[in-house]
Amino acid sequence: MIFDLAIQNAQMLLVLALAPLLTGFIRKVKARLLRRQGPPLLQPYRDLLRLLRKEAVLAENASWLFRVIPYLIFAATWVAASLVPTFAAGLMFNWSADLIAVIALLGSARFFLALAGMDAGTSFGGIGSSREMMIATLAEPATIMIVFTLALLAGSTQLSVVAGFMLSPAVGLRVSLGLALVALVMVAIAENARIPIDNPATHLELTMVHEAMLLEYSGRHLAVIELAASLKLLLYMSLIACVFIPWGQAQPGGGASAQMIGVAAYIAKLAAGGVLLALFETAVAKMRVFRVSDFLGAALMLGLLGTLLLFVSRSL
Amino acid sequence: MAPMIPASPAFALSCVGALLAIAVLAIPGGRLRDAAPVVYGACLATSLVALGGALICLLAGPPASNVVLPLGLPWVGAHFRIDALAAFFLAVVNLGAVAASLYGIGYGRHESEPQRVLPFFPAFLAGMNLVVLADDAFSFLLAWEFMSLASWALVMAHHREGDNARAGYVYIVMASFGTLALLLAFGLLAGPEGGYAFAAIRAHGASAPSAALVLGLVLLGAGSKAGLAPLHVWLPLAHPAAPSHVSALMSGVMTKVAVYGFIRIVFDLLGPQAWWWGLPVLAAGGGSAVLGVLYALMQNDLKRVLAYSTIENIGLIFVGLGLTIAFEANGFHAAAALALTAALFHVFNHALFKSILFFGAGAVLTATGERQMDRLGGLIHKMPLTSFLVLIACAAISALPPLNGFASEWLVFQAILLSPQLPQWGLKLLIPAVGALLALSAALAAACFVRVFGIVFLGRPRSQQARDAHEVDRWSISAMAMLAALCVIAGVLPGFMIDSIASVVDALTGARMPAQASLQWLSIVPVAESRSSYNGLLVFAFIAASASLAAYAIHRLASQAVRRAPAWDCGFPDPSPSTQYSAESFSQPIQRVFGSYVFKASERIDMPAPGDMRPARIKVELRDLAWELIYAPIAQAVSFTAERLNRLQFLTIRVYLSLVFFALVTLLLALAVWP
Amino acid sequence: MGRLEFDVAHLLAGGLVLMSFMLLYQDRLFALLNVFALQAVVLALSVSWQAYVQGAPHLYVTAAIALVFKAIVIPVALHRIIVRLGIHREVENVVGVGPTMLAGMGLVALSMVVMLRVTADAYPLAREDLAFALSVVLLGLLMMVTRNNAVSQIVGFMSLENGLILAATGAKGMPLVVEISVAFSVLIAFIVIGTLLFRIRERFDTVDADALDRFRGGQR
Repeated sequence: MIFDLAIQNAQMLLVLALAPLLTGFIRKVKARLLRRQGPPLLQPYRDLLRLLRKEAVLAENASWLFRVIPYLIFAATWVAASLVPTFAAGLMFNWSADLIAVIALLGSARFFLALAGMDAGTSFGGIGSSREMMIATLAEPATIMIVFTLALLAGSTQLSVVAGFMLSPAVGLRVSLGLALVALVMVAIAENARIPIDNPATHLELTMVHEAMLLEYSGRHLAVIELAASLKLLLYMSLIACVFIPWGQAQPGGGASAQMIGVAAYIAKLAAGGVLLALFETAVAKMRVFRVSDFLGAALMLGLLGTLLLFVSRSL
Repeated sequence: MAPMIPASPAFALSCVGALLAIAVLAIPGGRLRDAAPVVYGACLATSLVALGGALICLLAGPPASNVVLPLGLPWVGAHFRIDALAAFFLAVVNLGAVAASLYGIGYGRHESEPQRVLPFFPAFLAGMNLVVLADDAFSFLLAWEFMSLASWALVMAHHREGDNARAGYVYIVMASFGTLALLLAFGLLAGPEGGYAFAAIRAHGASAPSAALVLGLVLLGAGSKAGLAPLHVWLPLAHPAAPSHVSALMSGVMTKVAVYGFIRIVFDLLGPQAWWWGLPVLAAGGGSAVLGVLYALMQNDLKRVLAYSTIENIGLIFVGLGLTIAFEANGFHAAAALALTAALFHVFNHALFKSILFFGAGAVLTATGERQMDRLGGLIHKMPLTSFLVLIACAAISALPPLNGFASEWLVFQAILLSPQLPQWGLKLLIPAVGALLALSAALAAACFVRVFGIVFLGRPRSQQARDAHEVDRWSISAMAMLAALCVIAGVLPGFMIDSIASVVDALTGARMPAQASLQWLSIVPVAESRSSYNGLLVFAFIAASASLAAYAIHRLASQAVRRAPAWDCGFPDPSPSTQYSAESFSQPIQRVFGSYVFKASERIDMPAPGDMRPARIKVELRDLAWELIYAPIAQAVSFTAERLNRLQFLTIRVYLSLVFFALVTLLLALAVWP
Repeated sequence: MGRLEFDVAHLLAGGLVLMSFMLLYQDRLFALLNVFALQAVVLALSVSWQAYVQGAPHLYVTAAIALVFKAIVIPVALHRIIVRLGIHREVENVVGVGPTMLAGMGLVALSMVVMLRVTADAYPLAREDLAFALSVVLLGLLMMVTRNNAVSQIVGFMSLENGLILAATGAKGMPLVVEISVAFSVLIAFIVIGTLLFRIRERFDTVDADALDRFRGGQR
């Protein structure tokens, strides 16, 4: 019991500590791919600390909601991130929310972020909120179809059980899983405001989505939201790793050595994911906002196709 | 007469009688000053008592007795009974009534013509109670029609304003059509012997073809009342036209009475279901969910947005009912119990948050006199309490954890995930598609309510009225606060809700979900722990703890200095509030994505040549396809026939006589030829 | 039959359906040709896997034909035609991508329902192959219906034919003669349509099939 609780807490702190590192790592790899030196790996931590120490400047019209929302977003994202098994399966509180609830928690964070964008009553904030919600309306059904595929296969929406199923020999080679993986990657790219949907490095562009909602934030509020954004990226990577490459995860009841192996495997997976994301982002160009619907429509289609094909293979 | 214990139909009937008495007294009293608080107060007290009775019935088990009053058809009498299903819906109806009456005490003061509202409000409450209590077809239909007429009178309370007269006209036509469909359905159910009591219908059962016909008629009758697409056209016209607390009752409660009618007939009276009945119900539910919320996103009138979003929620409920039919027909009783629990849970939830939202819209209307979202804004500064309570409702209806909307939607998804065990291919393939539709509608609902809250309560005021707004009275606030507290409780402790619905579900499907209250940490487990579980309490606690921990740590260890400054807005701040995003501009990306297929949207941009000083304009046209493709042709056909028949008025006596004569001869001929 | 054999066959046949969807998604002609070539490669893999599983060496010939002609010769030839004719490089859709995709999903669902019901007691591998094959055929037809451009219509036709080959190899014991004739018929169709393209180009200066309608005097 105590050991379980310790592991759960270790996971919460681990994701919190690793999230800025992952962001910094991706920036570094991208810079190196472009033959630039790039900022140091620890730069995101320094940015966060600097922002935390500054005073917060609020727009004249900003309400109390504007000041509360950063903490709400951070809390929802952090809770979601600590419910996804990262280095160990079967955490103590894993059962308190399944995959659907984790996705809905991220939906809560998005809901409040979009509200924050509209609070100051500026035109850019409105642009960001409206586009973010448009993207979400397409990404969410796609995610649910992926959940269906996984749940039909594993007979569960509990992430630990799904990961356990993926480790078992029963899983076999399935085209549906491939489709679900591709669709999940597409959704993750859209949800985390990465290229080609949105550019995380831009700050003054008519096409920005995520950054447009944050324009009025400063100081500690901005720091908390940036941390939540890093956490969300980490969460999606952990989710993909947990579902599609669960090897190396410590199983419940595993001793300290199993946990250490789990942590090492987890960090290796994150690094691999970071390199792949950086490669992808360097290789493609950003698309027009109204092409996003085609991109996410394709993700939805892949999810649906995955579910349909699963019926064929299951009914035989 | 049964003894007057609080859990008996006689007790509920006496509450109805009290409501009717209030209605009668309000006819002469309505013109008096200060009549409104008295009437609403009396309604509040009566509804509270009735709510208590219903809750006792629901939790302690329904009473066995039923009441027969010597009313109505002489050889039938009027039967009334409370079983578990009726008790649940009585609780929902009276909870809504309590909230609306409480709200009305404050809101009713601003009524310009109270004599047009006060008598009908208690009558409407009595009508809804009676529908649920009725135990024979005759009193059911009578109560149904009474409810429709009372609500119609309330819709017409402000008949001189805007489109309200037309709304009332469309409403009365659709309501009559719905009652007609139900009348025919009951006729088929009663069979040639004419057993109109529900007990007789149950014993009698229906043959397969006539059962299918009854299902179709009930979908038309109850579906049109509930607002199922494409029978929804009256709803977004009529619901906003009534005073706001009545809108809340119509959207939050009366649609649920229609759902009750559907459940009563299809699950209770009709006998064993066939698997394919699930198909039309699921398709209608999924379609309504997406269409309703898409239309809601395109509206600019606050109350109309809420009315369209009701269609979405009704769609979700019908998806749950369709799943129940599909599982039940195949003998998967546990899965059917899960789906029905989800549907009923959502019935309860929607009654809560839709009432808050309509109350909030009423509060905004009182404070500013505006319903157009593009003339509002910034109300969070002037109406802090209202905006906080509306925010809770917006989050709940957008299915955000840990609130109640998410709990019921999560249960629906869990039921959908059980669908692969169904043997029929049609269902197997349709249900995941419906699941995708539900996910789409949930995401669209989130967008819709970000838009509602963001435009109305956040930002800067867009008109002088919005600038001069003030907080509403304490009665209105307390009505909203009561419901918001229930939203949070039902979301955090869904296990108790599921357990209290269990007896209803048990009576209809012969199974119940596993008891939830005894589970560790009060989490909910629909099927098995290895399959899925959700714990609203822990999620709530985790979020609250980590948010306050983060806030405390940062304020303590880092900075807590705050400075106010003009908005940054990327270096282009503009003092004019009209540069903010408006309701239409917010929904434009979504309209671009879905509009051309769903609304046949057309955009025309009028861009002046360089040097020309006139403003650029964008003109967007949206069309309601259901109206154009179904109703307009019907209306045309009716007026065409009417025009033809009109000629009959101007004939000579001789021609009239010959018409009668030929009709007589034709009838005789038919009789002669008849085998 | 072992677990692995079935899984790989399922993977390849499912990949074929996926490729059909990717064909529907493309909006550039060259990308369309590349995806078509990829589909032919997947088809070749699928056929050779069937050859291995069924122990029918003559199927390798079919796989080789698919690989050589469809994955290499025809795409290269079409590529050159497009360059020489200077056709618009974009695919002109009659219906948007989204609705086409949705219609495609509906068709896949339909073919699964039909095939799995009709072939209830057939050999499982054949059942699955037939269901996928019918989907590929229907998607090819859908592509021909929703595209204006003659080149993409040809590609649609050939992907339809890929579905037929999948069906043919899935059914055990189909003689080689038939396959060769099927492959050659496609080649002939290709030649015919190719020359037709030149003719259209000469006469009307466009390969938009709607133009043919206009010149015929037909009303759209």
